[in-house]
Amino acid sequence: MSTKEISADASHFRLWEFFASIRLTIVLLLTLAATSIVGTLIPQNEDPAAYVQTFGPALYRLLSTLGLFDMYHSGWFRFLLFLLASNIVVCSIDRLKAIWQIVFVKIPAFKIARFRRLPQKEEFHDDRSPAQLQDLYAAFIARRFRYSRVEETDEGFAVFGEKGRLTRLGVYVVHLSVVVLLFGGLVSSFFGIEGFVNIPEGEAVQDIRLRNTNDTLRLDFAIRCDDFSVSFYDSGAPKEFRSKLTILKEGQPIFQKDIIVNDPLRYAGINIFQSSYGEVPPNEVKLEFTSQATGKVYSKQAFIGQEVVIPDNLGTFVLKNFERSASFKGHNIGEAFVGVLTSGDGNSTKVTLPLRFPSFDKMRRGRVAIALAGYTPRYYTGLQVTKDPSVGVVYAGFIMIILGCYITFFTSHQQLCVEIIPAGQKSRIMVAGTANKNKVGMQRKVAQMAEELAKLG
Amino acid sequence: MNSSSILSAITFVYGLAGFLYIFAWVFKKPGVGRAGTGAAIIGLAGNTAGIILRWVESYKLGIGHAPLSNLYESLIFFAWTMVLIYLFIERKYANRIIGAFTTPLAFLALAYASLSPNIDDRIQPLIPALKSNWLIAHVITCFVGYGAFAVAFGISFMYLIKHRDPEGKSTLLSRFPRVNVLDELNHQLVMFGFLFLSAGIITGAVWANSAWGRYWGWDPKETWSLITWFIYATLLHARMMRGWHGKRIAYLSIAGFAAVLFTYFGVNYLPGLHSYQMG
Repeated sequence: MSTKEISADASHFRLWEFFASIRLTIVLLLTLAATSIVGTLIPQNEDPAAYVQTFGPALYRLLSTLGLFDMYHSGWFRFLLFLLASNIVVCSIDRLKAIWQIVFVKIPAFKIARFRRLPQKEEFHDDRSPAQLQDLYAAFIARRFRYSRVEETDEGFAVFGEKGRLTRLGVYVVHLSVVVLLFGGLVSSFFGIEGFVNIPEGEAVQDIRLRNTNDTLRLDFAIRCDDFSVSFYDSGAPKEFRSKLTILKEGQPIFQKDIIVNDPLRYAGINIFQSSYGEVPPNEVKLEFTSQATGKVYSKQAFIGQEVVIPDNLGTFVLKNFERSASFKGHNIGEAFVGVLTSGDGNSTKVTLPLRFPSFDKMRRGRVAIALAGYTPRYYTGLQVTKDPSVGVVYAGFIMIILGCYITFFTSHQQLCVEIIPAGQKSRIMVAGTANKNKVGMQRKVAQMAEELAKLG
Repeated sequence: MNSSSILSAITFVYGLAGFLYIFAWVFKKPGVGRAGTGAAIIGLAGNTAGIILRWVESYKLGIGHAPLSNLYESLIFFAWTMVLIYLFIERKYANRIIGAFTTPLAFLALAYASLSPNIDDRIQPLIPALKSNWLIAHVITCFVGYGAFAVAFGISFMYLIKHRDPEGKSTLLSRFPRVNVLDELNHQLVMFGFLFLSAGIITGAVWANSAWGRYWGWDPKETWSLITWFIYATLLHARMMRGWHGKRIAYLSIAGFAAVLFTYFGVNYLPGLHSYQMG
C-alpha cells in the first residue's frame, strides 16, 4: 500500500469521525436554534419595497444577499439541515453495528462475573436447599422477564432473566423519524403546491395563484362557489365562515361539499381550505320603473348584461356594470350601477344609479324614471388551495418520533441475575441487575425483586 | 361564585403554599412544610374545580368549549400542570424544599392571569380557527410539557445554589436534595417534557394542516417552539452521549425554559404575521 492510499483512507476515516461525533450534533442543534431566531425577528417573505423602507437600501442588499428575507428556505439554512441529517445517519450507522449484535442474538450471553462485580447487590438467606428453590425462582423470573434460563455456575446455579432488548432500537426510531421529517420537507418544497383563489358566489374558476411565485396554475378541474355565508356572535366576533363548493369537470358537477375553517374539501390530492372572504359588486338588483305619463310603477329584477323590457313600450334597459366610484357630470357620487336605457325610437341614454341616492334618476326627467329598489350583497370566498404529497410521510415521521421518544426515555434493556449458592443444607442468594438506562430505577427494582423472592413460599 | 373568582382565590392559596414551603425551608420547620403541602393540595383541588366550573359555565352560555382557548385559560392550565407535577415529585422524593422553588411559579402564573389588566378573564366563544378537536390535544400536550420544564427550571436553580456547597455546610443547604439527585431529577423532567413538547408541536402541525393546509410554515410561534425543542434536544444529547452533568445541564435547562417563556409570551411582541390569540 502506498502512502497516498493510507492518507486517503485516513481522510475518509476523519470525515466519518467528523460526522459520527456528538460534538457536531450539539454544535448543529445550537446553531440551528440560534439562527432560527433571526427569521422570527425579521418578518419573512414580505414585499421588497417594505424591506427597503425599513432597513434602507444598503442594509437591505446585505440582508437580501444573506437570504434573511426567506431564511428558512435559504441555501445555508438547508445546508445546516443537510449536515444534521448526515450527522444523524452517520451516527446511527456507526453505533448500530455494536447495538445490532446485542439486540439480534438468539441466545443472550450472561456472564455471572459481570453481575458479581456490580457495586450494588441484594443478598439474603433461605432455609431451603438450592434444589428446592430452583423451580420456584425459575418460574418467578420467567413470569417477569421475556427471556429466562437457568445456568450452572462455579458456586451453584443462577437464574437469568432479560427483557426489553428491542428498546435499544428506540433511539434509532427517533433519529430515523427526524430524517423522514426532513425528507418530507424536501418532498413538500419540490412537489407541494400552495396557492389561493378568490371565487365570487355563483362563479367557477380553474386557475389559482401560487403563493410564493405569484404564478398562475391551471387545475384540471374547476371550483364553483355556490354560496358563501358568514355568521357572527353577539360580541361581533366571527362564528363561522361557510362556502358551498362544487367541483366541476368539463362543466359537469362531480363533487359537492360545504367547507368551514378546519373542515376542508379534499379532491384528487388537492385540498381546498376556507381562508378569507370579502364583498364583490352585486350582479343582481331590483329596479322600479316609473312611467312619467301614467305614474305606474313596474318592479323588475335585473342582472348585469341582461336586457329588461319595460312595459308600456317604454323601451329596454340593460344593466352594464357596477362602479366603486362613479362620476356624474364630474362629481364623484360613490358606488353606483350604470346601465343603458334604450327608448322605443332607438335613442340610448346612459343611466347612473347611485346606491346612496336610489331615486337619483328622477332628475333626468325622462319618460321613465329608474329607481334602485334593492340589491343582494354578494361575497367572494377566499380559498387556500394546497397539494402536499409529503403529508403521509410526515405523519409517519410524527408517529415514529413519539413512539421512539417514549421507548428511548422510559423503557430500558434489563438483565437480572439470581444466583443461588449452597450454604450447608441452606441457600445463600444474590440478586443483581443491570439496565442500559435509568440505573437508579433498576436498582430500586432489584431491591424489590429480592424482597419478593425472599418471601416466596 | 363563578370560576374566575375561585381561580383568583386559588392564586392566594398557591401564594400561601409557596410562602409556607419557603418558611419551612429557611426556618427548618417540617410542620410548616406539611402545611405547605396541604395548601398546595387544596390549591390544586380548587384549580381543578375552577377549570371544570369554567367548562360548565361556557356550556351554560351556549358557547360550550374546553377552557383552553385563550391566554387566561392557558395560564390557569399551566399553573395546574406545574403543581400536579410538583406534588408528584414531592411524594416520590419526599422533599419539600423543591416546593419553595416551584410553587411560586404557579402563583406567578395565576397572579398574572387574574391580576393583569391586559388579560380578559371572560369566557369568549371560539373563533372559527379554534373550532377543532386538535385544540384540546394541542394545548394539553404543550402545557404538560411546559409544566415539566417549569419544575425542571426550579430544580436547575436549586442545583446551581447547591453545587457551590455540595456537602451542605451552610444550614440553608443541608436539607437540599443531593446534587446528583437534583441532576437526575432535572434530566427525568426534561425527558418527560421533551416527549410532551414533541407531541405538542406535532398536534399543532396536524391541526395547522387541517385548518390551513400546511403542517409547517415557519411562523414565529412555530419557529420558537422548534428553537425550544433544539435546546432541550441539545441537553439530552449532551447528557446521554457526552456525559455532561450538573452545572452545564442546569444552565441548558434554564435556557430551555427561557425559550419556553418566549414561545409562550414573547412571540406576541415580534413583528409581522399573525398570532393565534393563544398568547
